[in-house]
Amino acid sequence: MKSIGKNFFLWGVSWLPALALAAGPDAGQTIKQSTNWTAIVMFALFVGATLWITKWAASKTRTAADFYTAGGGISGFQNGLAIAGDYMSAASFLGISGLVFANGFDGLIFSIGWLVGWPVITFLMAERLRNLGKFTFADVASYRFAQTPMRTFAALGSLTVVAFYMIAQMVGAGQLIKVLFGLDYIVAEVLVGAIMMMYVLFGGMTATTWVQIIKAVMLLGGASFMALAVLLQFGFNPENLFAKAVEVHSKKEAIMAPGALIKDPISAISVGMALMFGTAGLPHILQRFFTVPNAKEARKSVAWATTWIGYFYILTFVIGFGAITNLIPNPLDYFVDGEIGKGLKGGGNMAAVHLAQAVGGDVFLGFISAVAFATILAVVAGLTLSGASAVSHDLYASVWRRGHVDSAAELRVSRITTLILGLVAVGLGIAFEKENVAYMVMLAFTVACSANFPILFMAVLWKDCTTRGAIAGGVVGLVSSVVLTIGSASVWEAVLGNPKGSAWFPYSSAALFSMSAAFLTIWLVSKLDKSPQAQKERALFEDQRIRSETGVGAATALAH
Amino acid sequence: MAADIYARIRSNPSFHRFVKRRNRYAALMTALGAIAYYGFILLVAYDKDFLARKLMPGMVTSLGIPLGVGVIVFTIAITWIYVRRANGEFDAINAQIIEEARK
Repeated sequence: MKSIGKNFFLWGVSWLPALALAAGPDAGQTIKQSTNWTAIVMFALFVGATLWITKWAASKTRTAADFYTAGGGISGFQNGLAIAGDYMSAASFLGISGLVFANGFDGLIFSIGWLVGWPVITFLMAERLRNLGKFTFADVASYRFAQTPMRTFAALGSLTVVAFYMIAQMVGAGQLIKVLFGLDYIVAEVLVGAIMMMYVLFGGMTATTWVQIIKAVMLLGGASFMALAVLLQFGFNPENLFAKAVEVHSKKEAIMAPGALIKDPISAISVGMALMFGTAGLPHILQRFFTVPNAKEARKSVAWATTWIGYFYILTFVIGFGAITNLIPNPLDYFVDGEIGKGLKGGGNMAAVHLAQAVGGDVFLGFISAVAFATILAVVAGLTLSGASAVSHDLYASVWRRGHVDSAAELRVSRITTLILGLVAVGLGIAFEKENVAYMVMLAFTVACSANFPILFMAVLWKDCTTRGAIAGGVVGLVSSVVLTIGSASVWEAVLGNPKGSAWFPYSSAALFSMSAAFLTIWLVSKLDKSPQAQKERALFEDQRIRSETGVGAATALAH
Repeated sequence: MAADIYARIRSNPSFHRFVKRRNRYAALMTALGAIAYYGFILLVAYDKDFLARKLMPGMVTSLGIPLGVGVIVFTIAITWIYVRRANGEFDAINAQIIEEARK
């Protein structure tokens, strides 16, 4: 125990960049473990219970409105839990606790980053979204603008974010099933694809919401139990926990201080912006604000979501330190060949899973494995639903049919789209099996903060914004975020195989540049736009402002 | 009709005062959240030694831990403070403005 060896340190650093850049459920390439029947049975119970709920939800999903937003009848507290369920991914749970396990304090920096987007949504977006929109964020972005171009672009922005986010989830599912259940990669793709399609296809938003609520409760419960068990070992005194961790960890005192995670201030601020404003541009999160009856409940949703997500990140920090104190002293049980230098069995993201066994035995290990996998299922369902809504509500009903469509036809299109998206998700999952997808989640956030967030923000809050300005800015944000990400080390070197040091974009995230470029373009093009259409759009701003601020005329908010 | 109501709300000076006040409050809270977060991140970038400092001599816990957890708790707290005020005081004024416009 005295000397853990340099190898442990090297191993810890070697996978840090990937995690630091992504915190996607990036399990890397994992090795299949022996079949874990307890975990499989627990997961089967979860699937059974959620499919039973889906059957009930199906009887309530009769119109397009039911499909998109569960008829707007979810309470603020329920929606808060569902948002938390939508947002707390397997990456946050396994990735951040693994990061804490390897580096200590640095994991906390990440947790904080993933939380700070929520106040932005609360203070600036939640209420206005609810007052202006009905089913999708494109409703809000296109409120006073030319419908066809605006909705087409917003749908494109949604689908791009959904695609990147989805690839990360599907590949993560395949890698995780090998270590959690001991099943093959392909089984995960088919399972996730098939079950998720059943939720969304038959139960729409009602089923998706309840799947997310159940998953959130299970994840919060399981993580709370683990954190409590760890604190109990140290008489509920964190100082004792940290003292023991410093004693056994190879980095000693260094785990109590910031390390190599933040290299330069520009990258730090850029990553921070992607997380802070990207959260406010994620289509599957924004759609959740239309499931509550009014602005009051929308605000309550975010307050509860922020509370649960923040609490959860504090738990992952305790869990990471608990893994240090519980796993490192027992290398035979948890490390490859019993050697700490060879890393954790199943990879660096398995810290929380091994800790589950250490504090709760095989049954609890099965429970946590099932929860980690169910987490991916719930996130993928939310993504698919928002992708299907972008196609059926924005592209089909609003652009193609110009709003002249009945609810039954729209519902049919959303279901067909769900099927197609499900198949696409499985296909992408299989296609990207051997690829390094560590950058995908970060790319989804970067696109969300550079394309979706600026057009939403300017359309709602700036009088002079016009269709041309919004679209020009959105295109600039979308293209620059993708291009600059390709030029950064996480893609240029790690994925495209160019030599080390050849990446032409020197920072960890494009957000600072691509988001600024998007805002600047919207401002400039709108200012130069003297067309009659632009005049009309500016004149409509006052009425939009009154509706967004007071809720008069908002969908189902007031009885007329 | 909604259009009439909009016109009456628009000509009501208390509506403009109210929106200004609420937006100023929201901007203030956003700034507080951003200062807490970027303050912490810039400390990480520029003054790692400060965060590594021990809470008290002889302790292992560094100053960075309560500060970091503090940012999380602070974020949750300002969210609730805003939501309570918006759902209480602000919504009451809002309801009154709408009521006046409906007359």
